[in-house]
Amino acid sequence: MAHSPATSVGIVTPQVFHFKDPLILRSGKVIPNYDLITESYGELNKKRDNAILVCHALSGDHHAAGFHSETDRKPGWWDSAIGPGKAIDTNLFYVIAVNNLGGCGGSTGPTSINPINGKPFGPDFPVITVADWVESQKRLMGILSIKQWAAVIGGSLGGMQVQHWAIEHPKKLKAAICIASAAKLSAQNIAFNEVARHSITKDPNFYEGRYLEHDSRPKQGLMLARMIGHITYLSDSAMRLKFGNEFADDQLKLEKNVGRNLKSGGLSYGLDVDFEVESYLHYQGERFSNNFDANTYLLMTKALDYFDPSTDFDNDLSKAFANASCKFLLISFSTDWRFPPERSRELVEILLSASCNVSYLEIEADEGHDAFLMPIPKYMEALRAFLSNIFVELKTNAS
Amino acid sequence: MRPDLKIITSWIKENERVLDLGCGSGHLLKKLQIERNTYGIGLEKNLKKIQSCLEIGVNVINQDLDSGLENFKANSFDTVLLAQTLQALSQPDKLIEDMLRVGERGIITFPNFGNWKSRLYLFFRGRMPISKFMPHNWYDTPNIHFCTVKDFDLMCVEKKITVLNKTVVNLEHQGSLAIKLFPNLLGEIAIYHITKS
Repeated sequence: MAHSPATSVGIVTPQVFHFKDPLILRSGKVIPNYDLITESYGELNKKRDNAILVCHALSGDHHAAGFHSETDRKPGWWDSAIGPGKAIDTNLFYVIAVNNLGGCGGSTGPTSINPINGKPFGPDFPVITVADWVESQKRLMGILSIKQWAAVIGGSLGGMQVQHWAIEHPKKLKAAICIASAAKLSAQNIAFNEVARHSITKDPNFYEGRYLEHDSRPKQGLMLARMIGHITYLSDSAMRLKFGNEFADDQLKLEKNVGRNLKSGGLSYGLDVDFEVESYLHYQGERFSNNFDANTYLLMTKALDYFDPSTDFDNDLSKAFANASCKFLLISFSTDWRFPPERSRELVEILLSASCNVSYLEIEADEGHDAFLMPIPKYMEALRAFLSNIFVELKTNAS
Repeated sequence: MRPDLKIITSWIKENERVLDLGCGSGHLLKKLQIERNTYGIGLEKNLKKIQSCLEIGVNVINQDLDSGLENFKANSFDTVLLAQTLQALSQPDKLIEDMLRVGERGIITFPNFGNWKSRLYLFFRGRMPISKFMPHNWYDTPNIHFCTVKDFDLMCVEKKITVLNKTVVNLEHQGSLAIKLFPNLLGEIAIYHITKS
């Protein structure tokens, strides 16, 4: 077997849950019924109190760990953190990841068939908010007969779901782990999202969102959106390290202005791809545009932009967290400029003024926003330490 | 358990809100949580120590004390602790002011440089004292602001800080009659309970 069985959850099979009751959305629109596709790792214990919900970010899905087949090349998006003996230890916890409503990984979304006209929903699929996702996740919790999550964990957009859980359902989670996130997006962040949306919606193959009916895809637009996104997820130093083979030593790579690895032997003196970073972006954009649905991308970026829990509480965020009773762990990364440490520190201040139990770590990392997906030892150790205490508390309460 | 921590515990009341500056591995906050049912937050810059706090369920925030306590609101804690960290700060007086802004009361412990051992060491050897208790060379020590009990008393007068209680103990933390009579000469660790005047 290609995949190390010792620390991997191994081969996993997704499971689909069907929800018959209509879901009334924040927007006032209604989804009459829907499917959620999930993956789970580890065993739910008898008391059903060792469950961890993992919430995904913009381009994530339910496939958080393990492999779908023996020949699968890449594991799930957070395989570095989830598995037996890993930071989110599946020997201790039952971990479940959900593809959010509106996603394109198998849950009901813009690519699903609209029962009214037998065509894909496309642009008719309603805009979903973080609050709607949390509501749909709460229904899943009910089906699984889980009364309280041991923890809800997420990075970036996932961290926003974590915050909403803590605010809206304080008794339904023991711990909230919010990584590289923010209480709301900055204007700069919304601006990047708008550029991404603009590039998709102005693609001639977008057809007002009905591209599937035209047997087409806004591939160029989605590719451009992903390329811009990708640049913002990395840091300047991360790019220098990645494309700076001129120097063997990382410190030298950072000191010298390198990161200019050539794709081939010399410059083309034309408009062809000259540098490795260019072809890397092309590759990332290409791969993403083949696998991701453009309407889902639009919908997810809107959910990011709209998130601001203070709007339900007279624009006072500390009021929003006043009833939160779970333990909080917040983590940020030094070179993340999309969700910089300042945003996490703001959230920490709010949680302190709301007298919440909160811990906060700032991890030195070169990887920018993407660091939250990396197995950085100090980051993983902190997650492990925090969760091990949660596990001890579960056992203490049980006895 | 460091014996000065026992004395600190005795000065903390039930259900207090406690901020521990330089909380280390979090054992004092854990003790206070168990014995006094406190709401505690620790500040620490060492990631290994932060990890220990997380492991025992103590709230800890990754923060360097030299950058101040700006992120804490005035009077948001009952007691702000500073145990054995004073001498390593770049601006100890500023931090003490900040402590008493954030907290109703402060508890500060520090090694007394006026102790007879330090005095003899300097007198006879003519060199900065090195001991088991203060093991660093002058050039690589984190301890950049040593003071004596007398120095601290004077600062409290200058800064209009009220001393509610003070204890000076030796390394075994015995507070004998002799220490009470000659605190600046015999005391090795000073423990002050302070508040705004």
